[in-house]
Amino acid sequence: MAVNNEMKVEFISKSSNEGFARVVVAAFVSQLDPTVEELADIKTAVSEAVTNAIIHGYENTTGYVKIHCKLIDNVVEIVIEDNGKGIEDVELARQPLYTSHPELERSGMGFTVMETFMDEVHVESVPGQGTKVTMIKKINSSRES
Amino acid sequence: MQISFKKANRTLVVSIEGELDHHTATEIREQIDREIHKNNINKLIFDFEKLRFMDSSGIGVIIGRYKHIQGLGGKVAVANLTPQVERIIKISGLHKIIPVFDNVQQAKDKM
Repeated sequence: MAVNNEMKVEFISKSSNEGFARVVVAAFVSQLDPTVEELADIKTAVSEAVTNAIIHGYENTTGYVKIHCKLIDNVVEIVIEDNGKGIEDVELARQPLYTSHPELERSGMGFTVMETFMDEVHVESVPGQGTKVTMIKKINSSRES
Repeated sequence: MQISFKKANRTLVVSIEGELDHHTATEIREQIDREIHKNNINKLIFDFEKLRFMDSSGIGVIIGRYKHIQGLGGKVAVANLTPQVERIIKISGLHKIIPVFDNVQQAKDKM
C-alpha cells in the first residue's frame, strides 16, 4: 500500500507541548479534508496519548516524545512513542477509570477516549523501555468528496 | 487559557476560555479551589461556552471539584457544552453524576 504522505515530529516531555502535538497532527491531517468532528476526535486522541507519555512514561522527567503520522488514501495512522518506564500490564491500563496515579486527580479515561475516538488503538509496551501507541482512523468525508 | 469567575451569594460560575488539558489543569484546579474557600461556595457551575478543547484531564478536574464541593455539602453542574466537550463528558459517564444544562441561567434555576 502506497504511503501518500508522512511526517515525523519529536519534542521533549513538557506539558506545554501537549497543545503543540494536537495542533501539528491536526494541521497535517487537514490535507484529507476531515470534518470538524473528525479533527476534534484526532486532536483529543493525540492529547491523551501524549499526556500519557509525559505523565506515565516519563513521570515528569525529561525525554523525547515521538510522533509518526501517515496518510494512506483516506486513512490516518498516528504512532506516538516514548522511551519511558513502560506499562507493566497493558490490559489493566486500558480499563476505563483505571489510573496508576489516583493522587493526581486523573480520570483514568485516557485509553477509553482514544478507543472511542479512533477506529483502532494498538498498544505495545516494554517495562523499562517505553510505550508505542498506534492509532488508526478512516476519514470518511474525504471518501465521499 | 483564561479563567474567570462570577459570584452571587454562594454560587460560583467558572468560565474557562481556551483549552483544558493536563497542561492547564493544575492552574485551573488551584484557582477554583481558592475561590471556593474564599467565598464559602456551595454551588459550582462550569460554563464551557468558550472552551475550545477538553480531554480526559478535564474530567479529572470536574470530578475533583465535585468531590471537594460535595465534602462541603454543595453541588456541581456543567453548562454550555460544545459538541466535543459533550462527547468527552458522555464517554466518561460524568453526566450520570453531574447535571448538564443548556446554559448558566438554567443551571442556576434548577440546581
